[in-house]
Order: sequence, then C-alpha cells, then structure tokens
Amino acid sequence: MQVNNAGALSKAAPVLEMRGICKRFAGIVALNEVALTVRAGEVMALLGENGAGKSTLVKTLTGIYQPDGGSILLDGRQVVFHGPQQAMRQGITAVHQETVMFDELTVAENIFVGRQPCTGKAGRIDWKRIEEEAEKLFARLEVAIPVRARVRDLSVAQRHFVEIARALSQDAKVVILDEPTASLSQREIMELYRIIGQLKEAGTAIIFISHKFDEIFTVADRYTVLRDGRFVADGAMADITEPQLVALMVGRAVHQAYPKANVAPGGPLLEVDGFCHPTEFDSVSFTLRKGEILGFYGLVGAGRSEVMQALFGLTPNVRGSVKIDGAPVRITCPDDAVKHGIAYVPEDRQHHGAHLSMPILHNMTLPVLDRLGFFLRRQRRRETTLARHFAQQLELKAHHLMQNVSELSGGNQQKVVLGKWLATNPRVIILDEPTKGIDIGSKAAVHRFISRLVEQGLSVILVSSELPEVLGLSDRVMVMHHGRMVREFSRHEATPESVVAAASGIAEAKEAA
Amino acid sequence: MNAPLSTVPTAPPGVERAPAPADAANHTSRHTVLDQAPATLKTLLARREALLVLLLVLVFAINGALLPAFLDPYNLMDGTFNFSEKALIALPMALLIICREIDISVSGILALASVAMGLAMNAGWPPESLLPVAIATGAACGFLNGYLVTVHALPSIVVTIGAVSLYRGLASVVLGDKAFTGYPQVMMDWGQGYFLDVIPREFVVLLVMAAVFGFVLHATTWGRRMYAIGNNPEAARFSGIAVDRYRLALFILTGAMAGLAAWLLTGRIGSTRPNIAMGWELEAITMVILGGVGIAGGTGTIAGVMLSVLALGALTYGLSLANVPGIYMTIVVGLLLLATIAIPRLLAVRKVAK
Amino acid sequence: MMTNVLKQRETILALMVMALVLLVGLRAPVFVSPASLGNVLTDSTLLIMLALAQMLVIVTRGIDLSVASTLALCGMVAAMLAAAHPGLPLGVVMLAATVAGLLLGLVNGALIGYLDLPPIVVTLGTMSVYRGLVFVLSGGAWVNSHQMPAHFIAFPLDTLLGATHLVWMAALAVLACWYGTRHTRFGRDLFAIGNAPASARYVGIPIARRLFWTYGISGMVAGLAGYLWVARYAVAYTEIAYGFEFTVIAACVIGGISIAGGAGTVAGAVLGSLFLGVIGNALPVVKVSPFWQSALTGLVILAAVLINARGNQQGGRQILPLHQIQSGSHT
Repeated sequence: MQVNNAGALSKAAPVLEMRGICKRFAGIVALNEVALTVRAGEVMALLGENGAGKSTLVKTLTGIYQPDGGSILLDGRQVVFHGPQQAMRQGITAVHQETVMFDELTVAENIFVGRQPCTGKAGRIDWKRIEEEAEKLFARLEVAIPVRARVRDLSVAQRHFVEIARALSQDAKVVILDEPTASLSQREIMELYRIIGQLKEAGTAIIFISHKFDEIFTVADRYTVLRDGRFVADGAMADITEPQLVALMVGRAVHQAYPKANVAPGGPLLEVDGFCHPTEFDSVSFTLRKGEILGFYGLVGAGRSEVMQALFGLTPNVRGSVKIDGAPVRITCPDDAVKHGIAYVPEDRQHHGAHLSMPILHNMTLPVLDRLGFFLRRQRRRETTLARHFAQQLELKAHHLMQNVSELSGGNQQKVVLGKWLATNPRVIILDEPTKGIDIGSKAAVHRFISRLVEQGLSVILVSSELPEVLGLSDRVMVMHHGRMVREFSRHEATPESVVAAASGIAEAKEAA
Repeated sequence: MNAPLSTVPTAPPGVERAPAPADAANHTSRHTVLDQAPATLKTLLARREALLVLLLVLVFAINGALLPAFLDPYNLMDGTFNFSEKALIALPMALLIICREIDISVSGILALASVAMGLAMNAGWPPESLLPVAIATGAACGFLNGYLVTVHALPSIVVTIGAVSLYRGLASVVLGDKAFTGYPQVMMDWGQGYFLDVIPREFVVLLVMAAVFGFVLHATTWGRRMYAIGNNPEAARFSGIAVDRYRLALFILTGAMAGLAAWLLTGRIGSTRPNIAMGWELEAITMVILGGVGIAGGTGTIAGVMLSVLALGALTYGLSLANVPGIYMTIVVGLLLLATIAIPRLLAVRKVAK
Repeated sequence: MMTNVLKQRETILALMVMALVLLVGLRAPVFVSPASLGNVLTDSTLLIMLALAQMLVIVTRGIDLSVASTLALCGMVAAMLAAAHPGLPLGVVMLAATVAGLLLGLVNGALIGYLDLPPIVVTLGTMSVYRGLVFVLSGGAWVNSHQMPAHFIAFPLDTLLGATHLVWMAALAVLACWYGTRHTRFGRDLFAIGNAPASARYVGIPIARRLFWTYGISGMVAGLAGYLWVARYAVAYTEIAYGFEFTVIAACVIGGISIAGGAGTVAGAVLGSLFLGVIGNALPVVKVSPFWQSALTGLVILAAVLINARGNQQGGRQILPLHQIQSGSHT
C-alpha cells in the first residue's frame, strides 16, 4: 500500500523548521547544527543509528530538552517549549513506543487527562463532552475503540491509536511517531498506515522514526538522515535506495549478509515434548541439536517468550517433558536450568536482564555466585577475573567494573547481560530478541557474535520478530501462532512468504479447509 | 570485532592483568576496563556512614561537655539497655527493607512471644525452654507474614499492618488486664546482667548479632543476592535467585529476632504487660532509615544501622541524664530522620539549579 | 466488564456490613435498633473523615502516618485555646484546629511534593515530631472536661434534624470527597499521578502542587478531627489517638483502596470505616471482651487484603484462543 505522494507537496511552505539545533550534555555534543524541515501533509522519515541523535532531537522538539543553539520555527514563527504539554498545546505531539497511558482510567479520560474541559462557574468536569469528543475523534480515525473501556484492557496497537486521537484532539500540526510498529501485528500495521494516510490528508505533518526499511519505503515521502549528532542528508524517498540510505546512516557500505558459521548440527541436545500451560501455550514440542541455531519466529504475542521462560523454569503450572542428552530433567526454577546448562537472555534488557543500579561486576557474577563460594569477600579476586574475562571477550566499553550498568550505552548494557549468561558456561543459550532497539552497525556485530557462539560449541535458540535475521541465521525455523507450534522449516525450504503466512495462521487455516 | 588487533593495550599501573582461562578464545578487547574507581577522600566522606560517625562524635562531644556524668563508662554502658532490644529488631528489619519489604508487626510479635513465655512459665515449663518458646513463637508469626507476602503476593505493608493488630490483639486477649510476672532468674541474668560487671549482656548479644548480620550481608552470597532482590526483584528472579524463598526466610528471621528481643526485654523489666514494646516497629524502622538503608531497597549497610543505633542511643542517654522527658527524644528523632533525607536532596537540587 | 467487577467490590462490602449488623442483631436484637445503629454511625464518623482524606493520599501512591499525631496536636491546640479563652466563639476554635492541621499537613506536602522524598519516611518523621510537640505545648498536663467550655464539648453530639453534628460533618466530607474525586481536575489528577507518575509528569500534571495540597487536606481533616475528638471525649492529653493512623489505613485497605495507588472509591473508604465501626460497637453488645477487638480487626484486614488481591490477579497472559482450549489435546 503506497501512501507517499511527494510531488504535489514540495511547493508548500514548511510547517516545521529546525535550524542549526545544538545540544550538549556534560561535554558530549549530542546535536551539532541539525536541520529538519517538514511540510504539511508530508511524512518525513527520520533515520539514523542508535546514538545518532534522533531521540535527542525528538526530546528537543517536545520541550523536554532546551536547545543550546539554533531555533525551532512552527508555521514560520519561532517557538520555545518548556515541556511536552506546552509542545502539545502548540501542536507538536510525540507518540513513543512506551505510550503515555493511564491504565486505570478510561479511554476518553486518557485523551483529555490533565486538561479536562470544565463547565459552569464551579469548574465541574464535563464528562459528557469528553465522551462525545472522544467518540468524534475515533469516528474520524475510523477506529472502533469503546470510549468507556479502561486502557488496561486495550492492545498495544489500540493504545497507539488513543495517543494519536489525543494528538488530534489538540489540533496537532506535527505528529512524531517513534518506532510505532514495534509491537504491532500485520493487520494493525495496515490500520496504522491508513490512519497515517488520513492524517496526511488532513494536512498534519508526520515525523516517522523506524529502522524497518520496508515500512519507511511504504509510508514516507522524504527522509532526513542523522549521523553522530550531525545532519547528513535529506531528500525524497523516491530518489534513493535502501543500500544508499544505510550507507548514509552508517558512513560506509555495510554488507547485510548474515555470517553463517560452518558448523553442521550434531545429535539432539535438548528435546522438549508436549509443553503445556493453561493460558499461554499448548502442545509445544521441538528438538535443539548440538551446534544448531534454532530460530523461533512468530507475531508479537505468539507465545515464544512464554515457552522459553517456561523452559527456563520461570513459569509455574507447566506440564510436559524436557530431555537433555536423552535423559529427562526436571526444571522448576531458573537455578535448575542454569545447572543443566541452559541460559536465557531476556527480551526486556532493562527490567529483566540487568540490575541497572548495581555495578557491572555484581551483575556479571550474579547467576554463578554459588560457583565462587559462599564467603564472597574472600573470592573477590576470582570474581573480578571472571568478570574481566567476559568484559574483554565482549569488548565492553566502560570506565571500571564497579560502574553502575545504568551509566552504559544500550549496546554495552546488552553486553553485560550476555556476559553474565556466558559466565554460567551454558550449553544452550536462548536469545530473546537480541537485536531489539539496537542500530544496524551493532546488529551486525551481534549476528557475528551469535555465529561465534556456535563455533565455540554452544547451541542457540534465537527468538526474533525480524524475519531477515531469523532466516539469515537459523538452521531451522519453528513458527508459532497463538500459543501453538504451527510449522517447522529447514534453512532451505524457508521463504519469507511461507514463514509469514505460517505465523499469521494462514497455513493452518488452509490445512483445516 | 573482526579486525585483528596489532597492539595489546597496556594496562595502567596498579591494575593487574589476570591470565585468560585456557579454554576460552584468547581475545583482547579494544577497551580497557579498570577493576574499580579510584577511591578518593571525597567519595569516602560522601557516604552516609561518615555522616553518622560525625553525628556520633558530635553527640558525645556536646553531651560530654555539658554533662560530666555522660562520659562515665559505667553510665555509658547502662545507657545501652535502652536500645539493645530495639536494635536487635532493627538488624533483620534492615535486611527486609533492603529487599524492598517491611514489617510493621514486630512489636506485636514481641508482645505475643512474651505472652507465650508467660503461658509456658505458668504451665510449669522449665526455665531453659522459655527462650526457644519465644523464638519459636516469633518465627511462627514471621512465617505467617512471609507466607501471605510470598505465596499470595500481597504487599507487605498492609499484611503487617493487619498482622500487628492480630498479634497484639491475641496478646491482649490472653493477658486481659493482668500481667505475667515471676520470670525465672536466668532471664533476669541476661536481661539485666553484666559481663565482667561492666558490659551489659544484652549489649554483647547485640554486638554479636550485629557482627553476624554484617558478615552475612556484606561478605556472603546471601547478602549479594539480597541487594539484587532489592535492586530489581524481577531481574533477580530472571537471574536464578529464589526471591520468594529469601523473602520468606527474612520474615521468619525477623520474627525469631523479635522473639529473642522479647526474651531479653521481659527479663529486663521482669513482667509481661499488654503495652510491652509499644511503638517499637516505628523506632526500629527509624533506626534503619537513619542508618542509610533506602526505603526503596537495594542500598544500606549494617555498619550504618549500628552507627545510627549508637548515635540515637547516646542521644537518648544524654537527654535522660539531663532529666529531659523522653518525649523530647521523639521530636529529636523525627527531626533527625527528616534532616537526613531532606538535606542531601536539597543539596542535589541546588547543584542541578546551578 | 471491568467496571462491573469494581462495582461489585463495593456492593459486596456493603452486603458484608449489613450481614454483620444482622448477625449481631440475631444475638442481641437491641443492636439493630435505630438508636444503636445511630451510635454506630456516630462512632464511625471520625474514622470516615480521616479515611476519606487518607484515601486521597494513598491514591497518589503515598501514605500519611502522621494523621494521628496531627489530630492529637490540633486537638490539644483547640482544647488549650478553649480552656484559656472560654468566651471565644466555637467557630474560631474549630478554625484554629483546622488551620493548624492544614499547616502541619502542608509541611508533609512540601517535603513529599517539592523535595520528592518518600512519603512513608517523611510522615514517620513528622509523626514523631508532632506527637512530641503535643507534650511541649501542653507541658505534659491534661486538659480535662471541667476546663472545657460547655459549648465546646456539646457540639459534636448535638443533633440537627435528628442526626448528630458529627454525622452531618461526615456526610459533608463524603459529599466533598465524592465531588472532588469525580468532578474536579484536582481529584482526577490524583488518580493519574498514582496510576502512572511518569506519564502524569509527561502530560503536564503539576504533580508537586497536587501532592502539596493533598497532604495539606489530610492534615486539615486531621486537625478538624482533633477538635471533634477532644470535644467528644472531653479530654486532651499527649497520647490521644495513639496508633490511630493504622486504624485509618486499615479502613482504607478494607474498603478496597489499593496501596499501590491509582484506584479507590469514596464508597469503599466509607464502607471500610463502617465495617470497623460495627465491629467496635458490636463486641460489647455480644458480650465479647473488648480485648478481642484488636485481634478481630487484624483478621478482617488480612481477609480484606487477600480478597481484594484476588480481584487483581494478573496471572499469565491469555495467548491460547479461548474457544480452542476445551477442544485441545492435553497429554
């Protein structure tokens, strides 16, 4: 579905102009003379690696940061914002991945939170008007969301739509969509595209941040590329190709080849049979062979992480059998799993993966404390040696090992989490969305790293929602849909179309027919 | 990660390089990571423990100057009676708060343990059995608290608010408006007695317990895991720590320590009354928070808690020597608590504003 | 569907209160007489008012442990003022207690709202300080009934159109709280703050200012309750209402107000208070020793927490399509 029409709008005056924006933080220059121009009814793709300055730029636009230099012009007038609310009132709204929602409040109230319309002299909240306005907004967007529902009951996609409704209710001139499709299903993504089309027709300017090129080419009219805090280039999407964009972002040509290790998978290492849970998954069976990379693909919410967490011993009420090297094992807690050589690197790095306010050293040795000995003080040297070894292996960039993990960059935080699990000396390592939120350059490094793991004798289960990644790295691909395994593909038979179809449940329906 | 490295980065002086384990790929990184930040005087002084040492010194100095009897060693030792039992409760409370939990029911557990001892004594049980009775009662109460918090995933603050009503209520029901008296000599010996005629036995018990708790928290894997639990319980679970088991154990431990405190306190005052140890949970929490244990969990030391115990104890003792009514102490304690959390925040706000 | 569940919680609680009353009435029919029920209501009024204010605080993810000390201090202020100046109009005395409470509450509000300090620690500190100040103010002396003017003591229990002043004041408090939490931005903002503080900041809700005044309200209500307490019991001394803050919090917990913030209803706070009030009044009537009151209260709190938590169970996500579960194969 094509929604770009660059030609007709190139003559219109820009709605938003950022000129020469500079921002410094304690000696680091985050933005250096950045320029951005967006016209009404246009979708501008904002591209750049992690650390290129995209999120800093967005925060400057929404008033969370004040620029140290340069100016922001809205409809030709210079504006200054001191917070997201001010920016919203003047017509700039950002919709982030983590939606700004209040679970216990209703949809209608969420749209008007903090600025509920009041009536009468006593300033009584006008609930009737709130609900009417909310219904009108959803009618405009052609989205069916009951305005009295609690946000707690909404899906991720619906929450995004509520935020967009909130933006519309404040007559947004510029809507910033930051990685909006990260947790959306195909159908929901189509609906989002439709809404974007509507916003364009209404004359709203959209800044679209994404690292998925197929989406960018579908939706965007123009692009702006940032690198290392600087403006690199902008232009029309019709005049550029994906490799050219990547080259602009990274500064050099990057081969998106997936380094496949030359390791032939051996005999069965891990056999899972009949894994069942009352609500999360049913009849899940698979075998992981020695030295294999087993990919798990599926739509968000298919149940893959749930299966892996159950395998790792995190979930109660699980039935089914697990065998390692042919012998049945009982895993009732993560400690059991670690003892049997299974490691699980969670998807949510910040909340499940690392202890952000604890030192790198303590993070890295947490699962293996027992191997160091009960009297930890006396094992200080062994502990430090262990941590230092893995820090070096992973090329961790930090000042010192007692630094809090929160002070590291996202990529380095991930390295700490990986190092922590490698230190348990596992035979099976389960990686749950290992490149989520990581830029292209670092992604490639992670892929090379996964291949090296297999060369070093580990077996890998790779849970990923990025089709190219799964297809490029896996020896076999298991596809899940609504909590069940639907198909298994070998490396040769897997094609993007067949895998996606299986993940959407289409193949199942075909077989049932 | 692919490009070969031509030079191995040299380590800064003072940082030793350990040989890489033989079985791993010999991989040297582009980056050098030191083992720890160089310790400076500034970082040392910024710690809460330094502040508390300063406070303790100040209290001693001012009281010593104004009240000649203050520095008399016999008097000082006698002053420890006032806080020894409370501090015994503060120690496990510190561990609980580090793990992001709290126990408001400790004074109720203490009362119930004391009542249990009275009942046992009146039923003819031997004097040696009273300490186990108290500890067992305390542990049972702690188990109930811990069970509700871990198995039913209830917030500890409301569970223990309900529990304190229950425990103290049960103690009231048994006691009515009577009191238990006539406890055996061994309890008096430990509650009121001295070692070497100078150092109160209670104080020695406290010091021994403080050493044990400090050792467990700071030098063992158990302690490291507690900090991890308090820092981020979900990540701790994902890292293989049996979070619920630790929480349950700490609640039971808190109950048991309350039982021990009950034995000593009842021995010291010689009787069990319905209002025994009234308000002690809040005093214990104050000792812990003043000692630098953050209410949000994951931070704090036993040394800090003991320093705050000593500072508060010295203050109380000084005030009592000066014949100031005890209630003034509550004002001082409250102000101290507010000051220790407000002043660092004010300074931080000032810094950001600059 | 979710609104139905929440509505159910309050109705269940209401039914339980009524069931409790009827149960007691079976043992002692005099309990269900209008006079006796009126007594129960009157006895619950102070708790109702304090629980409503505490509800506002708990909804913001906070807690106010200093309410009992504030009550005692303001009550002493009122008592000493009236004792020293018997000719002073009652309105002035009540105003003095209320304003004193407001100021004491605003101290909490400033530390918690503007300095962003943890509420439990701040109110723990102010609780100690205020309680001590009662002693400092009174010099440890009691103010007895013969020192208090007649109109001072009479006001709470004097009736107006059949109900005591206490009941009228509680009713006013309920009305004000209901209106505030439902129809003012201030009230709605409190729910937003407790629900998702970071999001609240993002949308521009003035969190510091809201918290400042919320704790101010809590103190103000405690101040007024202070006068009502010393007037009703005709005595003022340092230890009055000692430990009452836990009773107030218990009433909120029983009423289904989540300690995690963001959720709670006026009806819940009122019903929780009534529940405790019924228990307190019922015990002597059924000839149960008053010493059981504390233990029973504790059991009720634990039961309430267990029951309320069951309603919030999240468990695992529902991934398997529901219609397929029954037909699916289970090994």
